[in-house]
Amino acid sequence: MGISRRQFLGFLGAAAGTTAVSVKKSEAAANKEFKGYPGSFGVLHDTTRCIGCRKCEQACNKVNELPLPKIPFDDLSVLNTKRRTQQDAYTVVNRFVENNEGQPVFVKSQCNHCLEPACASACFVKALRKVKTGAVIYDASLCVGCRYCMIACPFNIPAYEYNNPLTPRIMKCTMCHPRIEKGLIPGCVESCPKEALTFGPREKLLKTARQRIEKYPDKYIDYIYGESEMGGTSWLYLSGRPFKEIGMREDLGIQPAATFTSGPLATVPVIVGLWPVLLTGIYAISKRKEKISEEERIEAVSRSVAVAGEVMKAKLAALKDTMTKEKEAAINLEVRRALEEAAKKSESEQQAESAKDEPSDTSKEDK
Amino acid sequence: MSQETARVNESIFTPFNVISGIIIIAGLIVTVLRFTKGLGAVTNLDNNNPWGIWIGFDLLCGVALAAGGFVTSAACYIFGLKRYHSAVRPAILTAFLGYALVVLALHYDVGRPWRLPYPIFISQGTTSLLFEVALCVFLYLSVLFIEYSPAALEWLGLKKIRSMIVKLTLVLTIFGVILSTLHQSSLGALFMIAPSKLHPLWYSNYLMVYFFVSSIFAGLSMVIFEGTLAHRYFHHKMDETHLKESKDVAFGFGKAASFVMMGYVGIKLIGISIDNNWHYLTTGWGVWYLFELIGFVALPAFIYAIAVREKNLRLVQSASLISIIGVVLNRFNISLVAFNWQLPSAERYFPSWSEIVISLFVVTLGIVVYRFIVTRMPIFYEHPDYQHDN
Ligand code: SF4
Ligand code: SF4
Ligand code: SF4
Repeated sequence: MGISRRQFLGFLGAAAGTTAVSVKKSEAAANKEFKGYPGSFGVLHDTTRCIGCRKCEQACNKVNELPLPKIPFDDLSVLNTKRRTQQDAYTVVNRFVENNEGQPVFVKSQCNHCLEPACASACFVKALRKVKTGAVIYDASLCVGCRYCMIACPFNIPAYEYNNPLTPRIMKCTMCHPRIEKGLIPGCVESCPKEALTFGPREKLLKTARQRIEKYPDKYIDYIYGESEMGGTSWLYLSGRPFKEIGMREDLGIQPAATFTSGPLATVPVIVGLWPVLLTGIYAISKRKEKISEEERIEAVSRSVAVAGEVMKAKLAALKDTMTKEKEAAINLEVRRALEEAAKKSESEQQAESAKDEPSDTSKEDK
Repeated sequence: MSQETARVNESIFTPFNVISGIIIIAGLIVTVLRFTKGLGAVTNLDNNNPWGIWIGFDLLCGVALAAGGFVTSAACYIFGLKRYHSAVRPAILTAFLGYALVVLALHYDVGRPWRLPYPIFISQGTTSLLFEVALCVFLYLSVLFIEYSPAALEWLGLKKIRSMIVKLTLVLTIFGVILSTLHQSSLGALFMIAPSKLHPLWYSNYLMVYFFVSSIFAGLSMVIFEGTLAHRYFHHKMDETHLKESKDVAFGFGKAASFVMMGYVGIKLIGISIDNNWHYLTTGWGVWYLFELIGFVALPAFIYAIAVREKNLRLVQSASLISIIGVVLNRFNISLVAFNWQLPSAERYFPSWSEIVISLFVVTLGIVVYRFIVTRMPIFYEHPDYQHDN
């Protein structure tokens, strides 16, 4: 998974607290483009043809063996409120009316089977994956039930069995993957009486869509929704009204969801590689500081010992001085012999004295 | 210890016991409901709002507030600030309990809790930031357990193993800092996958940096705040070193928190100007954003600075409480308030009573276990047999 050098630097810079090198949100993009598996399938939904009959909902319910709803499928009053996909309804049709007048527009929604699905990139056990047929399928035997895929899906599609206490599943449209593998087309597509749904290779559907727009420029908005939304989706839409008026977000951008998280993921090896070195370095510095301050402490102690030594020396010198004077006085007063004896005595006194004050220095000083 | 037993013998109906008893009973009832009727029966979660306070509070706040463990041990063992040594054990204990409770709370939230080891052992979804979070939290919980274990081993008198583990301190600390950096930031990056759902003021390419930096001051503040409470209730358990150093810890950590928070405000503003989101500040969301950033980050940072200069312990403690509330507010804003901001208000999420009960239950369990441990094991004091070997 590559990220651009700028983005990488941006995160590094940010991590280091210097934010000078940085990227704008809109520019933080991956450099590779994934256009889906070659020949993978998709469905084109032409909302201008949809009459809101809910036949697709009914077929979907049947082929997926979902519980029958309380309100039957031929009751169109459910169209009065906006609905989303649920754990027991992989697809729903909504009606959009402009200012309560004009022709209503009906839009079918289900999983869009993104080319690079946010849900699959978010799943931490790979329970969701994009397969060669184009379908994004789910493996309940791996799912932990963390619901991060629901957080990630930009179209708010996956639903969850909240009332299942121990084995809840993520529930969403499978693009009828099991049917495709048997050579059948999706249940909803098959049941549509108006050919508002077309199943086929995505590349071909894109061409069909473009042809329709060219042929009836007044009928269609010149835009194929899903061609590039979030990196492109397998389900494509045509409309005669701006897509945001029919409940579809136009602000999703063209980058696949994985590019939003590739930057953070790329910092992992950086931190794993850099941190131990940095931290050991800091540790070494703090240890060295400790050692230096220890050395300084020892030096300071020896210095103060030395100073104390000097003071001692001076004291001793003074002592000696007085001793000598005393000696002289003694010479004057006593006979030579007696004087010498006395001198010896005072010498030994001095020795004793200095030994008391500074035992280690005496021998040196006395010479 | 004898004091404690004496007190317990007097009456078991102390206010603490009564309140925590009620919460625990309520929690057990909701636990039974959760595992028999499902999330739908006890939570207000729905298909548009798959994450509630069990993620927003128990996971995001739990992990952020348990950051004191890695911050304190890094300060002491890596940065060599030995004067904070007596703060390490309480911080490690809180972190260990914090993470253990985060994991416990996740058992309520995920659909099949026994599969929580799946991302690590069965099927690795390496493209997911949640995978990184899971792996790091798992590893870090193990590291914290080892880091905490000397206290238990001293209590049990197992000298040999203890001295072996103590020798690992530096390695464990470094490992802990790496893991913490990774998962603290990844928790923020979790939300980067959904730029279309999180309000632009909170969404940023720097979300991971914000989460990491805020976890540092969350951890620092938590150590100060927890110290305040511990002094009130476990004063008799503290030895002289702990008592002597605790003021120094509060002022030192307060000063550090003040700096980090100022820096955090700075990088938040840089983030806004990079995405050129200034115009949002004049909206209602902007007011709420500034309320969070100024009222609960800049203000406590300022109070910390003043309190440290005037050596006012009470003020440091108040600042720590405001900072903690600020971090909780930030995590709530990102995971609940500013998430799904474009949905009509009828489709927005508000926690149910049962969800709040479980969150309280988990916190209460933490306090009860904490109390059990600090009244028995050498947390606030050094065990007399081991006083000179670290
Ligand atoms: S629409 Fe949502 S659920 Fe379907 S593939 Fe895309 S991200 Fe996944
Ligand atoms: S709920 Fe299941 S499918 Fe969805 S992300 Fe979590 S583990 Fe994957
Ligand atoms: S493709 Fe299949 S699962 Fe999807 S909406 Fe149509 S019938 Fe339902």
